[in-house]
Amino acid sequence: MTIPHQLSPAQAERNLWQRQRHQRSVWVALASTLGLAVLGWWGLVSSPGWQRVAESFFSWDVAVQAWPRVFEGLLLNLQVLVVTAIAVVIFALLLATVRTLRNPVFFPLRLLARIYVDLFRGIPLIIVLYLVGFGLPGLRLEWLGRMPAEVLGEIALTLTYSAYVAEVFRAGIESIHPSQRLAARSLGLSYGQTLRLVVLPQAVRRVIPPLMNDFVALQKDVGLISVLGAIDAVRGAQIEVARFANFTPYVLAGLMFVLLAVPTLRLTDYIAARLAKREVSATTL
Amino acid sequence: MTEIDWTKPRLRAEGIRKVYDDRQVLGGINLEVYSGQIVALLGSSGSGKSTLLRCLNLTESIDDGRIWLEQDEISKPGLNQDEIRGQIGMVFQQYNLFAHLTILENIALALVHVKKMKRTDAEAVAMHWLERIGLADKARQYPDKLSGGQQQRTAIARAVALNPKLLLLDEVTSALDPELVGEVLELIRDLKATGTTIVMATHEMEFAKAAADWVVFLDGGVIAEEAEAGEFFANPKAKRTQEFLARMK
Repeated sequence: MTIPHQLSPAQAERNLWQRQRHQRSVWVALASTLGLAVLGWWGLVSSPGWQRVAESFFSWDVAVQAWPRVFEGLLLNLQVLVVTAIAVVIFALLLATVRTLRNPVFFPLRLLARIYVDLFRGIPLIIVLYLVGFGLPGLRLEWLGRMPAEVLGEIALTLTYSAYVAEVFRAGIESIHPSQRLAARSLGLSYGQTLRLVVLPQAVRRVIPPLMNDFVALQKDVGLISVLGAIDAVRGAQIEVARFANFTPYVLAGLMFVLLAVPTLRLTDYIAARLAKREVSATTL
Repeated sequence: MTEIDWTKPRLRAEGIRKVYDDRQVLGGINLEVYSGQIVALLGSSGSGKSTLLRCLNLTESIDDGRIWLEQDEISKPGLNQDEIRGQIGMVFQQYNLFAHLTILENIALALVHVKKMKRTDAEAVAMHWLERIGLADKARQYPDKLSGGQQQRTAIARAVALNPKLLLLDEVTSALDPELVGEVLELIRDLKATGTTIVMATHEMEFAKAAADWVVFLDGGVIAEEAEAGEFFANPKAKRTQEFLARMK
């Protein structure tokens, strides 16, 4: 909706000047970007080994022949990603809740949760993968059966990521002002109801941006299940690399992971911006 | 206006004592509140008004003394404190509305989860209260979209919707812009007219004079003076009371 208004000559002049300045900066930006791109391309192509690198990393023929197996592997990565993400949210919420219990009765549980979080944030993921992937089947438990490599990978990823995500949830829980709990308890809500109905919904909302960040990290790390022998995108690419004696399938797999990450990254930005906007207007607490 | 029932107290507190570390916040408070009565707690900041209110609804543990709600002693160990708190309403200086819920949901929440009403019934009750406080058109709004006065009226409605035996008000107008105080006081007057029993900590001397039946003046965690409201303001006896009233003028 615009309000009808006859611009004064002074404002018209200011607008014109601003428009011209804007146009000029667009041209400068365009020219400098192009210049940089040309310079970079020339630097790459003119290097003595470029011909061989182009053949062994960016071969179109190899990419076309390798992509079905790599893509099939990516579907497995996606499946592992979904299962792990859901398991992480459940387990991490449980850990975070235990860590914020105040009753002295829960001291042993609290201590256990704390040791767990410290341990799994400290230990490299690849070592957890080896321990779970080769140690768990090594126990020869009857009820465990023969677990597929991707399931073992899901377990290892969940163990590690839950430790990080639990700390994100805990920060969220502790950021909720105690007056919200006081109001809830004064209405007769129990400790558990207060946590479930008042504290957690607000806490989870508040930590969505850092959670999305962890999700992006997980999207890449699902590629590590290849070390356990699961035929995922990375492992598929490895097989194709061996077949063609050419590194292009790795680049292909890398590109696929990037394409997978882009929507999540944009969504993260969007949500963060929306929350920031809402935060500005919400000054009550 | 409903009459005060003097036969038996709605709330009785005896020798309430509260200590934080080495500091005594409440040093043996005796209080009786009768059905339909408004008791005003006066006193400067740090005199123990808020702590006393929190002790009365069991959100703060007491270090000595006993409390009865009607004939039941609620300070006995092993009782279901959540159930008791559900029978005592409390409203705070900073409103403390739940930021992630609409004002309708704010009022309906405890009706569903404490009073175990069906959601549709609870929302009908909540809507009835919003109509009464003149905010029915804002039912689906979130608290941060409302003015302080509107938020505080919602917070009061949230507490009284549970039909509590006693309503505790902790300086409910202290955080409000001066021009918004009136609408909240109006609602409290309205509640008094329908027989709600209220204990309120307040800095609004004029309102205490006009609406309260009984005034309790706290000083350093003990009752320095208490009297019927008219008598208290017209004829304060204790030296501390006289000084306090002179400063508040």
